[in-house]
Amino acid sequence: MSLTITVSILVSVIAAATPLLLAATGELVTEKSGVLNLGVEGMMLMGAVTGVAATLLTENWFAGVVTAAVAGAAFSLIFGVLVLTLRANQVASGLALTIFGTGLSAVIGTPFVGQPLARLPVFDAPVLSDMPILGPLLFGHDVLVYVSIGMLLAVAWFLNRSRLGLVLRAVGESHDSAHAIGYQVIAIRYGAVAFGGMMAGLAGAHISLALTPFWAENMTAGRGWIALALIVFASWRPLRVLAGAYLFGAVTIAQLHVQGFGIPIPSQFLSALPYLATVIVLVIISSNAARVRLNAPACIGKAFAPAA
Amino acid sequence: MGPAASRPRLELRGISKSFPGTKANDNVDFTVLPGEIHALLGENGAGKSTLVKIIYGVLRADAGDILWDSQPVEIQTPKAARALGIGMVFQHFSLFEALTVAENIELGMDDPGDRRTLHARISALAEQYNLPLEPGRHVHTLSVGEKQRIEIIRALLQDPKLLIMDEPTSVLTPQEAEALLGTLRRLADEGRSILYISHKLEEVIALCHRATILRGGKVVADCDPAKESPRSMAELMIGTRLTPPKRTAIEAAGPERLVIEHLSAEPPDQFGTALRNIGLTVRGGEIVGIAGVAGNGQNELMAFLSGEQRAPAAEMIRIGGTPAGLLGPNRRRDLSAAFVPEERIGHAAVPDMSLVENAVLTGHRTAGFVSRGFMLLRLAGQFAQRVCDGFKVRHPGIQHAAGSLSGGNLQKYVIGREIQQEPKLLVAMQPTWGVDSGAAAAIQQALIDLAGRGAAVLVISQDLDELLAISHRIAVLYSGRLSPPRPTDQFTIEEIGLLMAGHGAAGAADQEGRSAA
Amino acid sequence: MIRLVPRQEVAPAMVYLSPVIALAATVLFGLILFAILGFPPLDPLFNFFVKPLLGPSGITNLLLKATPLILIAIGLSMGFRANVWNIGAEGQYTIGAVFAGGLALAFYDIDTPLLLPGMIVFGILGGMAWAAIPAFLRTRFNTSELLTSLMLVYVATQVLLYLVHGPWKDPDGFAFPETRLFHDAATLPRLWSGTRLNLGWPLALIAVFAAWIVMGRSLIGFQIRVSGAAPTAARFAGFSERRVIWLTLMIGGGLAGLSGMIEVSGTIGQLVPIISPGYGFTAIIVAFLGRLNPIGILFAGLLMALSFLGGEMVQIENGLPRSVGGLFQGMLLFFLLASDVLMNYRIVRVRTKHAQVATS
Repeated sequence: MSLTITVSILVSVIAAATPLLLAATGELVTEKSGVLNLGVEGMMLMGAVTGVAATLLTENWFAGVVTAAVAGAAFSLIFGVLVLTLRANQVASGLALTIFGTGLSAVIGTPFVGQPLARLPVFDAPVLSDMPILGPLLFGHDVLVYVSIGMLLAVAWFLNRSRLGLVLRAVGESHDSAHAIGYQVIAIRYGAVAFGGMMAGLAGAHISLALTPFWAENMTAGRGWIALALIVFASWRPLRVLAGAYLFGAVTIAQLHVQGFGIPIPSQFLSALPYLATVIVLVIISSNAARVRLNAPACIGKAFAPAA
Repeated sequence: MGPAASRPRLELRGISKSFPGTKANDNVDFTVLPGEIHALLGENGAGKSTLVKIIYGVLRADAGDILWDSQPVEIQTPKAARALGIGMVFQHFSLFEALTVAENIELGMDDPGDRRTLHARISALAEQYNLPLEPGRHVHTLSVGEKQRIEIIRALLQDPKLLIMDEPTSVLTPQEAEALLGTLRRLADEGRSILYISHKLEEVIALCHRATILRGGKVVADCDPAKESPRSMAELMIGTRLTPPKRTAIEAAGPERLVIEHLSAEPPDQFGTALRNIGLTVRGGEIVGIAGVAGNGQNELMAFLSGEQRAPAAEMIRIGGTPAGLLGPNRRRDLSAAFVPEERIGHAAVPDMSLVENAVLTGHRTAGFVSRGFMLLRLAGQFAQRVCDGFKVRHPGIQHAAGSLSGGNLQKYVIGREIQQEPKLLVAMQPTWGVDSGAAAAIQQALIDLAGRGAAVLVISQDLDELLAISHRIAVLYSGRLSPPRPTDQFTIEEIGLLMAGHGAAGAADQEGRSAA
Repeated sequence: MIRLVPRQEVAPAMVYLSPVIALAATVLFGLILFAILGFPPLDPLFNFFVKPLLGPSGITNLLLKATPLILIAIGLSMGFRANVWNIGAEGQYTIGAVFAGGLALAFYDIDTPLLLPGMIVFGILGGMAWAAIPAFLRTRFNTSELLTSLMLVYVATQVLLYLVHGPWKDPDGFAFPETRLFHDAATLPRLWSGTRLNLGWPLALIAVFAAWIVMGRSLIGFQIRVSGAAPTAARFAGFSERRVIWLTLMIGGGLAGLSGMIEVSGTIGQLVPIISPGYGFTAIIVAFLGRLNPIGILFAGLLMALSFLGGEMVQIENGLPRSVGGLFQGMLLFFLLASDVLMNYRIVRVRTKHAQVATS
């Protein structure tokens, strides 16, 4: 395999990993605060469709990206009201969000189906971009690729080093204790849910504005669910989320390239590969029950009702 | 020494607070002076916790005024309370198990400063008040006493003028409790006020300068504990005279109903306690008590006895002579054993289900409520009605959810459900935890009566007074090891306290364990 | 300020009232939505909710669509009652259809009355086999059945695609990715000639009745309910968690597989790349909307079937996308979850001097 091909494969891995990384980074913060939002897929679709709509209407990619982020956050707040204020079941509410988002995005997207749009601009540095190997690996990506890595590092710092991050972890660990000490459990969780929604919106925008620049119904194809699995895979640790996202990106890309090498495998098997890989990885991680229990936020999925 | 008469530090006037169905505080007045250790006494449900939550800003009063240093204040949040100089140590710790000691302390402070300085301040304070603690340890690795120290240091770092302690000694060994009282006296000598919530009356007499007694949400007395006796204060708390349960002497040793032999087991995860070579025999007609501070293996032992957790070998637990270590809960009930776990809601009973269905929960095999896979709900209903009648359970109707019963009534139902099936062995954990004293006395009497009818009864409890009152023999569980049981009247509280703290006979049990292995 | 005060017990009236409130709110928001999209709102609303039921085949179409929804939701509801989150019924449905279709193709030349019962058994087994994977992984490795069952939906879709594109492709099918049409011996009989309604509908009704008896009266149903309401109490009562997981996943998978069989044998008549408009996912809504109660699921299934037909109708009549159906489904579930709060809490207006402080 020649070096150029390897580099070009790596570049495509980075692109494929980016939506997973964006969505998983957001959901990590949500889950660390003790909320399980299964609506990632729906929020991504909302981000994808609003990103396309805003880009086409304003002819400005930046407006598209911002709209996707805002739409994702706004959409997640529907879930927030349900589970945080009305204390509804988190699993059911998250599923409802995904189902609703699938329907709503399709309705919003009808006028835009198949309309081509300009790919997100890429970041090129003069001279540096032409360096062999490093050039194409470090430069020439769209802006959301850099945002995804930057946000992940920021979240890693936030959770482990900042005081607000400590408070957020504490809320996810024991909402009753956090409430007793005087923290605004519900307000913090609203923030975490909205952040998760914003990141999922960006993840959707990356799919519809950079990976495959047009709108198609249900175009996220389960990536939101893979992002959820990624967090379990990463045992709720930010840097492992990074590693996991690129691993899954690689699996996604593998299916495109294996056929190129003339390996006689049905394409359907390769299409199923990312999902099978997710199952296998989940099995490996979760079989170590003690580790999951130590790292998982203890309050995840539980509704908080302050003793009145 | 008492506090100098001066302006009150805290004054409550006409505080009222209602919850659906109850008036938790009804026009409560009282004052705390600087340097005073002030006891707040009352039964479970008398309104003590509600009142302190109002003072600490966790709850807001429906009516009434709070004065701090003679100034009217509105304490809307715990943060506002801390800003005034109020610190609080909760009965149920507000700690985060997966975080470190220092992180826990930082979370409880409004202005923690940078982390390195904080570590140093924690260590300094720990030394000053004799509260040894390592800032870097994870909380889930600490004992209950150490966890309490985190709470105390967290409060002290704020330099409080008023420290609220909610039942602080209920989780400590007698010796640990004594050390804590010393620390509290020192804090009072520094001019800090302490609001001390307890139902341990000897302790209050030894420690406190004044006592306010609540009953049914109202202040019924404001007294000087030094001039009262435990009995007089208890009667003020309860409002009536209670006949304490009477333990009957064993006439003849019955057959061995429960034999635990060389029971050793690793915990399922790092939050649990390993059991080490536990041995105990309980005979028909006797009540054996297992004392110990929480977290020393009680939950694990209970799970192994009830069959929720299988023992490593069948012979480790014998029920009525049958090796039962590998049997599940059903097969153990077939051997005429019954169990009452500590947690009423969600463990012993399903709160969302009716009393009838909750009867099926443990009676689905032994009481014949199931025929060919279908539930006989009429039969179960009659049974539930008998339990409620026989054990004076106040309830809105047997078709109503278990969760609608008060704590004491639900506990009576849960215990009654097992006793009604006339088991030959009953294992009960914390049978009177958090219930009012009327219900507690009834439950204790029911256990004594059951033993009187020839059943073997094993009670695992942290309430030493209860064990001393009802048990014929007592053993102490510490760090997963059980001391050899001794007749209750041959034990002193000091000896039991030493065992609870891990001194004394534990070494002997250890040696035995090694020879067995 | 408004505050939620927990009720001591679930308010019985709200159990029935809450779906009605949710439906009313959905209709109201539908009106607003259509208005925003620039339609005179009453017309599409009429087309969505009423028009599909008019005409001679309106009701049978509704029952035909409701059959898989009800069957699948009955199975899922048992799992949800036990906190077993099987959200991969779509995959179990697909594999059930593949198993049943495979049998029909294998005995393509043989005309035997045993074929149809064989296909029913195979459909059920196929669904069970697919659900056995998350069941095994959950009980053996403690892997979340929620994520694994969902991932397997995508895998099942690829399995079906592979078969209809590859080995099972109709040799005389002009390269269309579909199998041969099943023979009569492999087709579910129609209930009345002239309608498309087949044996599936009575099977769904039987499932509703059986589930009603099992969940309300039997010890197994009791075990399932206790496991969900209080897992620790279930262990204390001696109910095996492992058994409940296996049982509910097998029932859910089996019924989903049966639905797949009914659909390909009774309605479609062959295997094609897309054999479901999302029954497996919509059934999740049906289960919740029906309060996880078999009788409730019967009505919820009919309502959701209407949302499929209504989606098609507004597509034809108003040029709206068919996915309006999914939109209504999602909205209905949202409003239901929101109004459920009234079951467990009372809403109280708090008027104190501290009213300005937000606590909720």
